[in-house]
Amino acid sequence: MSMPVNSEIKERLNGIFNAFAGKGNELIPVLQSIQEEFGYLPGEAMKHAARFLKIPESTVFGVASFYSQFRFSPAGKHIIKVCHGTACHVANAGEITEKLETRLKIKDGETSDDGLFTLESVACVGCCSLAPLIMVDDEVYGKLDPVKAARIVSRLSRTHGEKQEQ
Amino acid sequence: MARVKIKIDGAEVKADTSMTIMDAARENGIYIPGLCHHPDLVPSGLCRICIVGVKGREKPVVSCKTTVENGMEVFTDNPLIDADRRMLLELIHANHKQDCTNCLKNNNCQLQEVTAFVEVNEERIKRMRKEKPLVPDDDSNPFFTLSHEKCILCGICIRTCNEIQGVDALQFANRGTETLVSTFLDGNIKDSVCESCGECVVRCPVGALLPKGRQQPARKVKTICHYCGVGCGIYLGIRGSRVVGVEGDRSNPVNEGRLCVKGRFGYHWINHPDRLKTPLVRKEGRLVETGWDEALELVARKFSGFSGDEFATFSSAKCTNEENYLIQKFTRAVMGSNHIDHCARLCHAPSVAGLASSLGSGAMTNPIEQISDASCIMAVGTNTTESHPVIALRIKEARRKGASVIVVNPRRIDLCKHADLWLQHKPGSDVALIMAMCRIILENDLYDKSFIKERCIDFDIFRRSLEAFSLDVAERITGVPAGQIWEAAHRYAAGGPASILYAMGITQHSHGTDNVLAISNLALLTGNAGRDHAGINPLRGQNNVQGACDMGALPDTLPGYQKLSDPDVRMKFDKAWNCRLKEEPGLTLTEIIGAIAHKKIRALYLVGENSLLSEPDANHVRSALEKLDFFVAQDVFLSETAALADVVLPAASFAEKDGTFTNTERRVQRVRKAIQPAGNSRPDWWITSQIAVNMGQSGFQHRGPEQIMEEIAMLTPQYRGITYKRIEDSGLQWPVLDKKHKGTPVLHTENFATPDGKARFFPLTYIPPFELPDKEYPLMLTTGRSLYHYHTGTLTRRVDGLNSLNGREMVEMHPEDAKAAGLTDGDRIIIRSRRGLVKAALKTSDRCPKGVVSMSFHFAESPTNVLTSPVLDPVAKIPELKVCAVSIVKH
Repeated sequence: MSMPVNSEIKERLNGIFNAFAGKGNELIPVLQSIQEEFGYLPGEAMKHAARFLKIPESTVFGVASFYSQFRFSPAGKHIIKVCHGTACHVANAGEITEKLETRLKIKDGETSDDGLFTLESVACVGCCSLAPLIMVDDEVYGKLDPVKAARIVSRLSRTHGEKQEQ
Repeated sequence: MARVKIKIDGAEVKADTSMTIMDAARENGIYIPGLCHHPDLVPSGLCRICIVGVKGREKPVVSCKTTVENGMEVFTDNPLIDADRRMLLELIHANHKQDCTNCLKNNNCQLQEVTAFVEVNEERIKRMRKEKPLVPDDDSNPFFTLSHEKCILCGICIRTCNEIQGVDALQFANRGTETLVSTFLDGNIKDSVCESCGECVVRCPVGALLPKGRQQPARKVKTICHYCGVGCGIYLGIRGSRVVGVEGDRSNPVNEGRLCVKGRFGYHWINHPDRLKTPLVRKEGRLVETGWDEALELVARKFSGFSGDEFATFSSAKCTNEENYLIQKFTRAVMGSNHIDHCARLCHAPSVAGLASSLGSGAMTNPIEQISDASCIMAVGTNTTESHPVIALRIKEARRKGASVIVVNPRRIDLCKHADLWLQHKPGSDVALIMAMCRIILENDLYDKSFIKERCIDFDIFRRSLEAFSLDVAERITGVPAGQIWEAAHRYAAGGPASILYAMGITQHSHGTDNVLAISNLALLTGNAGRDHAGINPLRGQNNVQGACDMGALPDTLPGYQKLSDPDVRMKFDKAWNCRLKEEPGLTLTEIIGAIAHKKIRALYLVGENSLLSEPDANHVRSALEKLDFFVAQDVFLSETAALADVVLPAASFAEKDGTFTNTERRVQRVRKAIQPAGNSRPDWWITSQIAVNMGQSGFQHRGPEQIMEEIAMLTPQYRGITYKRIEDSGLQWPVLDKKHKGTPVLHTENFATPDGKARFFPLTYIPPFELPDKEYPLMLTTGRSLYHYHTGTLTRRVDGLNSLNGREMVEMHPEDAKAAGLTDGDRIIIRSRRGLVKAALKTSDRCPKGVVSMSFHFAESPTNVLTSPVLDPVAKIPELKVCAVSIVKH
């Protein structure tokens, strides 16, 4: 996903702001609408939101960064959620996150340079019997270890490479 | 206020009902530990360390947020509270870098103080300490560092930035253990909206925010900041012979301890190696060092060779009252010339002229501290946050208290963020806007009839002149929608005390005096003069521009605005100075340049002015100065202008001499010598006296500034009651009528200062700016200031940190204008006007309206005043620095 340019952001925001009164207490719904429109919260869009809602830019960022639902960079094609619920935690989910960070050369919460993967830590996804596990998009991969997890990523990566060659 | 009785730890104490338990305890000398409490800020109750028990309540309460109630019984200490506090404190310690002995805050740290009281268990802290990802220090700001590892997340910096400064650069970001103090998008502080005022650094209870390169001073000297007309009280921190820091003086009513970036951090020029340390004399075309004896003898001999009309003096609004007094006395009594003026000509001459005719006195009518309690503030043509930052804090404070704020400015200045209404009028259209507001106030019966009847004259003729200013006409001239003008009139005339603040946006026009009179009309119409929290308030630029005017460094008035044309006045001064004063007023600053160009004035004594950068049409100024037969410059640095002089006399800085400054609200305050003058430099008063003495004159043998003030007080009615002893602790606002009089915070409360005691309305007509854009020069240039620099930059350009925050001229232009001209952000451009060209860089910004570009005049590399127009206001002779036509091309 490419980053939209500033003038484009401004235009797309006007449509969003039309639905609001411009009051500070609308911040969260405004942020949600922005994320729905862009897939993430572009910095420029947050600046415009601050001006529209007449609240400080730093407050907009403070609130946005508090909630895990908001992201500050475009998400990858696939979202990898590493479960860190109690069962997975005990089963060394931390090592899985670490391994994937090394494999993708990113940190938890970031998106890989090729735009394919976003890595996220989440709390329990509700399949504790499969611990430790990851979810890639809607698919659950259970009973993993760090090496197996990295292999899943490599496989997905290859599929994309082949698609591109075709 | 109602008082209640409460018990704290069994002891009965009295407290006001508005007090919190913590206030009541501390007032009675009982310590309650706390980390997030600061007396300047609204209590947040964030750290929970200050919890106490209250009889009848099941759970402990936060003492910094709980107000007292009659009969309340408070326990500040019991095992439960102790345990809670200990746990909270241990959690903080577990995340706090334990490096006390290397920390500048050691022994002055609130965490240490609280820890000593509460006690913690090292073992438990060690167990809780976790390897958390290292968040690097933010050392992007040139003046301070933010160290997250020492931060205790008390939020004092965030609240200071919000409540005190109104800038909101900081906020908590993230959640849980990852919470940190952050700027927008977690960027560098330097790239954020931070204004580097350092108020957060001052209040940080631990070592998380620390000034860079700060050495502890060995002693502190109470004095007054030398930058702008606000006149903040400061303490200079001195170590050996160097100034190593500046602190705000909390006892000063002007700033109550608060400072801006220049005042707090812009002191490095004082000990700069470039300081002039010895007199210089031009020999074979070059300035060479010489001794005082030779220089003074030469100046005295040369000056003696010129007749009065051939001699002119530019005095300095940076110098003290005592120095300005002596300099004008020297010019008039010794040289026999009334050709004396100073930079007030370029800033508030229309205020002095306009308000003197309408109210009888051309100064701020109300004190700065009263701005906080105005119910409406109209800021016209003042970029207050950049030019008078500490006054801007008062505007923000008033807004928080519910005041309605109207900003009138062609540019979307920072203050617009704090405004209820922003009128974006075309540069130079102020008369039409304000007169239209007056008309609406009249038509809607919002004017103060009894005030007008009892205290004003010429109302009917003014009323008739309003017929020309219908809303339609005003909308067409100003470009402001009629509805907004209507709203502004209604907000301003809503009945509560309304204060008008204005500055160069009003005065620097070819019709600047008319603009001032329009403002005066508006205030008189609504009875907003001579009233608390209201008034007509010209914000003066230089630290002592008010004083320089008061002292008669003007061509037509003697000290105290006593008219040269009045024979009784002349007689008084003839007798006091043992001379014969000329009746005819001298030429103004701008006219003197013209007279020099025509060789009518042949000798110039220039004190602390950098005319080559500050006057309009700078090329013309240069060619004029080169024609002088004898040119003496007196300054702290070899400015661009001083470099042209025949003799350069090195002056001491404000930190190196005693005296007084009079700030924009007429407060005469004491300036104190903190260090010895740099090298062989000398205070200006000494230099001028010595020239006079070398010319064989008496009347200049004062022992020092205090004795000069005695002479001033004798001859100047407004200063009659001023003595150094009386202003030792805190300044007095003139007029101070006698040695017992307490000064006059609000002017015109009973009578106006006019001969008949009445204020005068003025009928006005709209006159457009002289030079408007045309085909050849399609853009309108308006000039302004940056927060980080001061005037021609002689001082601030020598402070590295300020240069790193703003290091070059950036011409502000609307993005659409830039696009049409094929220009992009950062391009090097050439700006041309009918008078010359200047090179600078482009900054596209929608702060500027379409068709208008904006520049400062701080940078000698891009001397903006080469472009500006020397056309003058017919009354005040101020040049139209705010409007001229230019064209822009890529370099």
